[in-house]
Amino acid sequence: MTLELKNNIEKMFKEKKLPSENIEFRKKQIDIFLTKGFPNKKIEEWKYSDLDHIIKQNISNLNFELKLTGDFNYNNSEILNDFEHNKIIYVNGKIKNFDFPFEERENIEINYNQDFKTSKNSINSLINLNNALTFNYSKIRILKNYNFKKPLVIYHFGTKDINSSVINFRSDFVLEENSSLCVINIFKNHSKNNFININQQYKISKNANLKNYRIDSELNSGINYFFTNIDLENNSNSETFIYSAGSKFFRNEINCNLNDKYSSAFISGIINLNESQHHEIKTNINHLSENTKSYQLIKSVLNDSSKGVFQGKIFVDHKAQKTDGYQLSKSLLLDKDAEFDAKPELEIYADDVKCSHGSTSGNLDENSIFYLMSRGLSYKQSKKLLVDGFLNDAIEKITNQDVKKYIKKLMKI
Amino acid sequence: MIDKELEKLKDYKYGFTTEIENIKAPKGLNKEVIKFISNIKKEPEWMLQWRLKAFERLKHLKEPDWQKPKFSKINYQDIYYYSAPKSASEKLKSLDELDPKLLETYNKLGIPLQEQKRLNGIAVDAIFDSVSVATTFKDKLTEKGVIFCSMSEAIKKHPELVKKYLGSVIPVNDHYFATLNSAVFTDGSFVYIPENIRCPMELSTYFRINASETGQFERTLIIADKGSYVSYLEGCTAPMRDENQLHAANVELIALDNAEIKYSTVQNWYPGDKNGKGGIYNFVTKRGLCKGKNSKISWTQVETGSAITWKYPSCILQGDNSIGEFYSIAITNNYQKADTGTKMIHIGKNTKSKIISKGISAGYADNTYRGLVNIFPKAKNARNFTQCDSLLIGNKCGAHTVPYIKNRNSESKIEHEATTSKINEDQLYYCQQRGLNTEDAISLIVNGFCKEVLQQLPMEFAVEAQKLVGISLEGSVG
Repeated sequence: MTLELKNNIEKMFKEKKLPSENIEFRKKQIDIFLTKGFPNKKIEEWKYSDLDHIIKQNISNLNFELKLTGDFNYNNSEILNDFEHNKIIYVNGKIKNFDFPFEERENIEINYNQDFKTSKNSINSLINLNNALTFNYSKIRILKNYNFKKPLVIYHFGTKDINSSVINFRSDFVLEENSSLCVINIFKNHSKNNFININQQYKISKNANLKNYRIDSELNSGINYFFTNIDLENNSNSETFIYSAGSKFFRNEINCNLNDKYSSAFISGIINLNESQHHEIKTNINHLSENTKSYQLIKSVLNDSSKGVFQGKIFVDHKAQKTDGYQLSKSLLLDKDAEFDAKPELEIYADDVKCSHGSTSGNLDENSIFYLMSRGLSYKQSKKLLVDGFLNDAIEKITNQDVKKYIKKLMKI
Repeated sequence: MIDKELEKLKDYKYGFTTEIENIKAPKGLNKEVIKFISNIKKEPEWMLQWRLKAFERLKHLKEPDWQKPKFSKINYQDIYYYSAPKSASEKLKSLDELDPKLLETYNKLGIPLQEQKRLNGIAVDAIFDSVSVATTFKDKLTEKGVIFCSMSEAIKKHPELVKKYLGSVIPVNDHYFATLNSAVFTDGSFVYIPENIRCPMELSTYFRINASETGQFERTLIIADKGSYVSYLEGCTAPMRDENQLHAANVELIALDNAEIKYSTVQNWYPGDKNGKGGIYNFVTKRGLCKGKNSKISWTQVETGSAITWKYPSCILQGDNSIGEFYSIAITNNYQKADTGTKMIHIGKNTKSKIISKGISAGYADNTYRGLVNIFPKAKNARNFTQCDSLLIGNKCGAHTVPYIKNRNSESKIEHEATTSKINEDQLYYCQQRGLNTEDAISLIVNGFCKEVLQQLPMEFAVEAQKLVGISLEGSVG
């Protein structure tokens, strides 16, 4: 990453005809990124996933100045027909289509202005990179008292036309009072060896309700970082489910700030890997006010020489009395080269709290397999039955029935 | 004047100083000081070279900074690295020749060396500032072939053992504080238990920092040969001073085939006053190696003192079927800070480890459990169980849990659980209703909370530790 690259990027800013203030902001951000580089294992939070190393191993000649010329098309058959939904379609990181046929458009504001404000969570250099190079930005505001009638599916298509590139995009959502939204991010990546850097910001106002699902189910060579920040106000609620199985590398990072009383955050997830895949879920739940609640459940199944990582943190501020925080991570290592690393962390400064976490890792119980086989199932069948049951715990946490059904179909449960 | 002194000592009864003439090395950390230490202890050349190697290495190292409690910068050039009571420089033939003032000090501390001989049959090695001043019960131990002496004596008398094992668990090129210790360590205890011997009594060391502006750097080495057993206990105190003093010890344990070492610590260094002024920085490296098959190392610690406690007694489970255990109580009050836990490194097959940690935080204190469980690919059937419970008293303190879990073997099993809570109002009410005052009730409940760990301590010390738990929490409610 040299001076040449920096000059090229600055040239690109000028060509895009952005306001000068915005160029200044982006320049600063790219400077920070270039000094820090990609996160490596020396950084505590990236201890188990050395992204710098992973990128160097999988992508030679990483291209930062993605020039999207031409019109890329996605395969229409990949659009879900399991349930009715609204769509936003990204192809190769570019917004292709907004389609809200089921909603009252006067209650939704969409803003594409590229002159977005800085995101306050500059927790790592990838956020800086995203701030600097995002040219695909959208902000969706859901007005007071409006409830989305159907879920909103965001498709992330990658076509074969691009490779070895960095793709950045960002979307912000604001849920005003008493509103609700169900977002599903679906990844369909057919491109080769790209680094995809996504930043999503949610602001959930009083009494509002967010359901947020993400599905990465098809095998691909993408390297992904998906950062989500969720700010929750009084009596608001967020539910997140992660299905992490398709990409070569995927790090889902979720930051929940429970800013006001009676807010709650639920996170559940599945990591289901084969071959040499490497996925990580990192959560930060910040209890910043009293009477807040959080619940996390992560189930991992690791085959072959795959690696799963869960880093979860519950932070309780000294103001946040009566906090209820719970976290559980369970993993199954099914092959001898599989690896699971966990760092479940509690940081607590208030005394009247109920916080606990648990973490287990091991193989399937031989007695259970024996039990099933003695009743006529083959070894393979018994194993599948037990693994499915193990993962099903997390799936049952999904409150949207359509999504639950769809995920079960994907997993053939 | 005397009243004032007594008033001061109310909080920390070991806070007195003994006026004894000291021999000190010049202040500062350099080659000359290391040579001075080595010279005054009449060490052989190889030992000096070993120290210098560590010192060379130290120049390239930086203090680690990942820990939770941050501390003000230590000026390593402003510390006396060697301080010894003058009378100890000449070899004593028996305890009767010991400086009476020293004996008095130990009596105040509750370890009457003279009486101990007769009463409870615990062999004691007492270390005052930097040097070991007395070792009791020598004859009885020699009979069994057990070597229990000061480190400096071991270097002279048993160089082959020291050469073979010193630095084999904590190498010269370890982290900053361990390497600092390797360069300037002044004394410590050395224990060797020969094959198939069960050490007939508990061995014990008492550490005391007396002189001001000194650091204490002792080094303990315990070797349990095949089929042997030893139980070892250390206790520590220091006078009350406004400045922070550094204590950076290294403890190495080596258990060969079928051997078992039980190491218990009651740490009660001066914790600083109510406003967080002064106190000891307790940056200790403790590591045990289960080298042989079926060996076992068990760490028990009761940490009530020190301004900052920063240590992780660890077990490297190298031998097949070896077992590592860690039982800990860490109590922090006022402005004390603790970042402690363990590392269980499973290398051999069928290795087992168990971690029970109880953290209690009161006042403005911060208490962190930080631990690692690492299962290597070849550690078939490894098993770990970890339980970390924290108790918070008041809403100005913090309790944190930071476990690192790394599993690279599909046939192993790891379980971890942690809880954080406060003292249950119902329990408190129940005790008070039956006539206990609030402090006694809290002491009772906390003792119950810690029971699993207290049970692991040798009888005599369990009683002492129980009292210590109560004293440490005094004034934390209200």
